Amino acid sequence: MKQSVDNSRRDFLAKTAIAGTITIASGVLLHQTANAKSLNETSTRNPHTPVSNINRWGLLIDTNKCGKSCSACVDACNTENGLAGRTGPQDTQYIRKVTLRDKSTGHELSLPLMCQHCESAPCVDVCPVNASFIRADGIALVDRHLCIGCRYCMMACPYKARSFVHEELHNQKTSDPRGIGTVEACNMCVTRVDAGKIPACVEACSADNHKAMMFGDLNDPESGISVELKKHGGKQIRADLALNTGVHYQGLNE
Amino acid sequence: MSKIEYTSLQGKSPAYFVLLGVLGLFTFTGILAAWYMEHNGHHVTGMTNQIVWGTPHIFAIFLIVAASGALNVASIASVFSKKIYEPMARLSALLAIALLAGGLVVLLLDLGRPDRLIVAMTHYNFTSVFAWNIILYSGFFTFCGLYLWTMMDHNVHQYKKYAGFSAFVWRLILTTGTGSIFGFLVARSAYETAIMAPMFVIMSFSYGLAIFILVLMATYKASQMELGDVVILRLRNLLGVFVAAVLYFTFVYHLTNIYDADRRDFERFILLDGGIYTTVFWIGDIIIGGLIPLLLIYLPSIKKNRTVLGWICGMIILGGLSQVYVIVIGGQAFPLEIFPGYDVSSSFYDGIVNSYTPSLPEILLGSSGIAITLLIVVFMLKVLRFMPNSLADNVIDPHYSVK
Ligand code: SF4
Repeated sequence: MKQSVDNSRRDFLAKTAIAGTITIASGVLLHQTANAKSLNETSTRNPHTPVSNINRWGLLIDTNKCGKSCSACVDACNTENGLAGRTGPQDTQYIRKVTLRDKSTGHELSLPLMCQHCESAPCVDVCPVNASFIRADGIALVDRHLCIGCRYCMMACPYKARSFVHEELHNQKTSDPRGIGTVEACNMCVTRVDAGKIPACVEACSADNHKAMMFGDLNDPESGISVELKKHGGKQIRADLALNTGVHYQGLNE
Repeated sequence: MSKIEYTSLQGKSPAYFVLLGVLGLFTFTGILAAWYMEHNGHHVTGMTNQIVWGTPHIFAIFLIVAASGALNVASIASVFSKKIYEPMARLSALLAIALLAGGLVVLLLDLGRPDRLIVAMTHYNFTSVFAWNIILYSGFFTFCGLYLWTMMDHNVHQYKKYAGFSAFVWRLILTTGTGSIFGFLVARSAYETAIMAPMFVIMSFSYGLAIFILVLMATYKASQMELGDVVILRLRNLLGVFVAAVLYFTFVYHLTNIYDADRRDFERFILLDGGIYTTVFWIGDIIIGGLIPLLLIYLPSIKKNRTVLGWICGMIILGGLSQVYVIVIGGQAFPLEIFPGYDVSSSFYDGIVNSYTPSLPEILLGSSGIAITLLIVVFMLKVLRFMPNSLADNVIDPHYSVK
């Protein structure tokens, strides 16, 4: 009897120990995963905390790493947002590949160009109905329920980042509801960001092994993007306009 | 000046109804075109993501600018107390209101979502020049309306001067506002310059007066009332001054651009190698809209020739449309400088001159603005008394003898 009690106690202890180890180990594991995510810095806001100006989302693009003939980011963007990917003069393009040739040296480079998510955005300044706005976390958006389609923002944008929907749309993505007669642009994949994911273009660029695009929080000095900007610097396009863009580039002439 | 009696158009002749009918038809086609554009989306227009403002905007901006200038005659009468212009003040204010209405209807119907007018009225962004303009337009209607009221109703006659003054000040602000729509576009080489606003004011003087003279001559001829040389010669001289001023401002605008290294390429484009824009600039804006009218205005031998004056006004209007075309379309056709120091190319037409061919619906919509304006004028002339019985020389100035 005693033996059996002892046995059962031993059994119990052993089982508890195993269970405990598993629990602790998995806890540690989870913890490590979480840590790795924040170090990797492609992480986003916790989906359960509200949008606030604690974050300022931005992109850093290294033109040296950007593949000249690669269009992974453009394709990913089209798929993510349900864009047809046509390139006629009336077609929407949220992101495009631009080839640059230095006029003095002849040096060629290639980069993706999209809405630069300015802090002092000209589109927001000119929009008569407040349809263009900058979200608290720095993402420039168009409220398609308000936009009257005047296209003043398109005239004002220094990056030609916006498109006007010229035609009736079909098969839209729920993540990016669009509307005929209104203006649209890169929204930094706001639904993905809100779900704790990174923008589709950045993901595609990494998946393609170029790693030319980086997404992160410019307000957080520890974030990968901030650390990289601090270490190697970065340039804003048309910095002379002092718009404080959320998108930065490396490898461009001063 | 003898006491001026005002009259309205009889408006019973078949010609009157034919005119109303034709204008109505043009207006209707314009609205139909707008419906077609809205129904199918802007892909049935020549406008693109590169040329985002097209023909409707040329007409709309031209009419809005001209509206403020049409008020000139009234302003000179009330603000500067020039008696000779006073009898024409009512017509001047009416035309101003009608032009603004015509321009705004076009602007509105071209919106991607014209059905959201209520949104435009209820959501205000006070940093937007566009939103200021909405206030400016409403104010212009109000002030011109009040001004007309004080002119037409003897009970409130004593306020005429104040109303006239407010309308005058308001219309200067209005045109400055219209010019600023462009002046505030920081990124575009063509537009971001302070001279844009005063240039628009002076353009408004010229276009508005040209349209006013045409309307005045046409109505008096059609209703067989007397319109003497005193009035006509005065207006003609004034027009000469305005045309010269527009030429001068155009010159200064381009000169300042040439001095600015960043804008030199744009200037080269407009003045030398911009194809259609260069042609329209030199032939339409400068020669037809400026030099020929100026020459004809100051040619003594045809001083009193009304037909020539009609042609002059027509040329100024054509020149005005050309000028707005070059500013609006030429300014967008020139590639936006996103990466200074680089040659660029992309699938989004970066770095190249954008092309624009207007489609029929947008031309119909744009030009219907003129029809709407004239429809309002022709209709109102019948309803209320806007026209002095006679503008004969002895009525205007008994001491005047035409040499
Ligand atoms: S097109 Fe829409 S978002 Fe752009 S300025 Fe007009 S109302 Fe605002």
